[in-house]
Amino acid sequence: MKNNVDRDLPEDVMADLNYQPFKTTEIGHPEIQRVAPKVHVSTGDDKVVTDIKQVVKDTLQDGMTISFHHHFRNGDFVFNKVMREIIDGGYKDLTLAPSSLTGVMNDMVIEAIKAGTITHITSSGMRGSLGDFVSHGGLKNPVIFRSHGNRARAIEHGDIKIDVAFLGVPNADALGNANGMEGDAVFGSLGYALMDAQYANKVVLLTDNIVSYPNTPASIKQTQVDYVVKVDKVGDPDKIGSGATRFTKDPKELKIASTVNDVIVNSPYFKDGFSFQTGSGGAALAVTRYLRQAMIDNHIKASFALGGITKPTTDLLNEGLVDKVMDVQDFDKGAAESMHTNKNQQEIDASWYADPDNKGAMVDQLDVVILSALEIDTKFNVNVMSGSDGVIRGAIGGHQDAATAKLTIISAPLVRGRIATVVPDVTTIVTPGDSVDVLVTEYGIAINPKRKDLQEALGNLPGVPVYTISELQQLAEKKVGQPKPLEFTDRTVAMIEYRDGSIIDTIKEVKD
Amino acid sequence: MADNEERLRRTMMFVPGNNPAMVKDAGIYGADSIMFDLEDSVSMAEKDAARILVYEALQTQDYGDAELVVRVNGQDTQYYANDVKAMVKAGIDVIRLPKAESADMVKQLEADILAAEKEFGRQEGSTHLMAAIESAKGVLNAPQIAAASDRMIGIALSAEDYTTDMKTHRYPDGVELEFARNMVLHAARAAGVAAFDTVFTNMDDTEGFYRETEYIHQLGFDGKSLVNPRQIAMVNKVYEPSKKEVANAKNVINAIEEARLKGSGVISMNGQMVDRPVVLRAQRVMRLAKASNLVDEEGNYLEK
Repeated sequence: MKNNVDRDLPEDVMADLNYQPFKTTEIGHPEIQRVAPKVHVSTGDDKVVTDIKQVVKDTLQDGMTISFHHHFRNGDFVFNKVMREIIDGGYKDLTLAPSSLTGVMNDMVIEAIKAGTITHITSSGMRGSLGDFVSHGGLKNPVIFRSHGNRARAIEHGDIKIDVAFLGVPNADALGNANGMEGDAVFGSLGYALMDAQYANKVVLLTDNIVSYPNTPASIKQTQVDYVVKVDKVGDPDKIGSGATRFTKDPKELKIASTVNDVIVNSPYFKDGFSFQTGSGGAALAVTRYLRQAMIDNHIKASFALGGITKPTTDLLNEGLVDKVMDVQDFDKGAAESMHTNKNQQEIDASWYADPDNKGAMVDQLDVVILSALEIDTKFNVNVMSGSDGVIRGAIGGHQDAATAKLTIISAPLVRGRIATVVPDVTTIVTPGDSVDVLVTEYGIAINPKRKDLQEALGNLPGVPVYTISELQQLAEKKVGQPKPLEFTDRTVAMIEYRDGSIIDTIKEVKD
Repeated sequence: MADNEERLRRTMMFVPGNNPAMVKDAGIYGADSIMFDLEDSVSMAEKDAARILVYEALQTQDYGDAELVVRVNGQDTQYYANDVKAMVKAGIDVIRLPKAESADMVKQLEADILAAEKEFGRQEGSTHLMAAIESAKGVLNAPQIAAASDRMIGIALSAEDYTTDMKTHRYPDGVELEFARNMVLHAARAAGVAAFDTVFTNMDDTEGFYRETEYIHQLGFDGKSLVNPRQIAMVNKVYEPSKKEVANAKNVINAIEEARLKGSGVISMNGQMVDRPVVLRAQRVMRLAKASNLVDEEGNYLEK
């Protein structure tokens, strides 16, 4: 069976998992039913414990679904601590449903798969040894990849039914009121974890910092929490985020960033009260700096900045160039600290941020977004999931969700080393070309032909050559040649859901 | 002087010839001239590899309108002959001779280029050349060097070697280069070729870079040699004409057109005669304005 972006989907797997093929980026106005968690009634007087093993024993059974958040990123101590107890406890056939998986979790996940502890995974992404392991057929059941907005949707629908959520926090009181802003291992917004706290049947907080009751501001509330586990350390502050965000000096990144800025400034959306999302990474940070200057020069202020937040963005807030920062996660300490001190930096959960099945999500109001790509093809489809070797090495993150913005800009170099970024067909479709408007490379830009208005607005900018996307693809091919096609087996190792829960693509086991 | 129309040479960007990524990307930054280096930035062990890399890049990569220059190894090295042959064969626009100290050295290069053009079936005279002045002797012989060949497009001051030769080093105020800069510039102007100022290597000193660039712009240099693409926009900004200059130049150009339509040999503007230097300056301002995206193809000023 083929879906509307021309991907062949395996009928047996689609039927087994009861999936529909991707049709359209339009969500429409369906009526949906949200689920509610089970509540074990308590006055909350005896939530604090020190023994993780006992908590696991009290809450977990074979076949259950467990979840974690990834706000600690590579500084996470919680995941490995909890998984150690679960593996040693001999549990089997669990579904692992974290908001995402970071590198520091890889070895433990692989061990848990080999032990039969984990048999199903759903995540935003995976990288490194775990991506390699899964791409080589290490997990029997296909991994389900979901965007941050789609995970929120799936949790609300009950597609992901979390039995036990293990959530690390830098502070909590004895009843479980907690936030991400105070303590040693602060990370700012708890955006992704808020879904787990709200919808899991059992919520277990782990913290190294029990504070006096009642703890405010409370992002996670005592009404949601079953256990507060005191541990030595929840995370390594130095590895949670990049310390000071450094402005890139790479001339190519700067060139791309300055062109992205030209595209934004000359688009119809650059006017007082506009909104934007930039994400992290060298070029994105540089865009923020160029955009700042353009806003000052043109006397334009933004109504809000959205998504994953960095210090350059909170600087705009403090300068008064942005009215509100709507913050689902913070990429660096500066942004995390700013959430604590600036009341206009609002913590939002993943549903508010990007869930399509909503009474309005923030991304629906978003004007401009800058997103990256491992590959983009001549249909403007984007891959942020699999590498040029076909191996899983990425994450959907908010890519599909934010791409629904009014102006979606993909910023990517034409080629990386000997590998083309602009290709005839991406290895894995994550975000459909229908929601992508402009590609910016170091050589020039390509505008989605269905955006006649943008062709008009951006077609004649000085110093910004406009190509068709096919011309850029051919230019890339001329530089690096034509790679040998990747070889895969017939076995499906991962399903890529679109944000509405339909299947936009699959990933096959790589053939070595 | 080489028989080529006057072109803008505000920026000559150095690209190490042994770095594939930089060689591949050299065309994206809008440098007026790209100078692939086979000399100082390439270690002995990589001389052949760099020559082959640059040769292949010249065959396969598209550098748009940029003037393509290669700095070959010095005439006293074993690499020089192969460098010249390979680059002529590749169809390079300009060969840059390092450490030029006499007109004879330029004439030697000219002869070697001609031989290579014949050997590889290139049009004779199609390969231009330029010379880098890097010593006291070179500075004193700059007028002869600049005028030594019809293929010559310009001469460049290279201050690192020169200051060493002068038993000094570079200072922020550039006083130590005053004589050399003026010699090179005068030699170039007298010979009717371009003059390139030396590199500025401290990328963290933006203010110093602007100060030096404004200074050499005031002296009359065509432009500057650059070590980092990030410097291109800064040089272009210094060379960008003001709105008033553009308006004035436009009036001169219009006056020329008017005189042409009237069949008059005398160009007048606001009742005054416009002489040749004014015309030349106006033409250069309009070229700069176009290159700076200040005017459209018809020369109309674009409000930013």
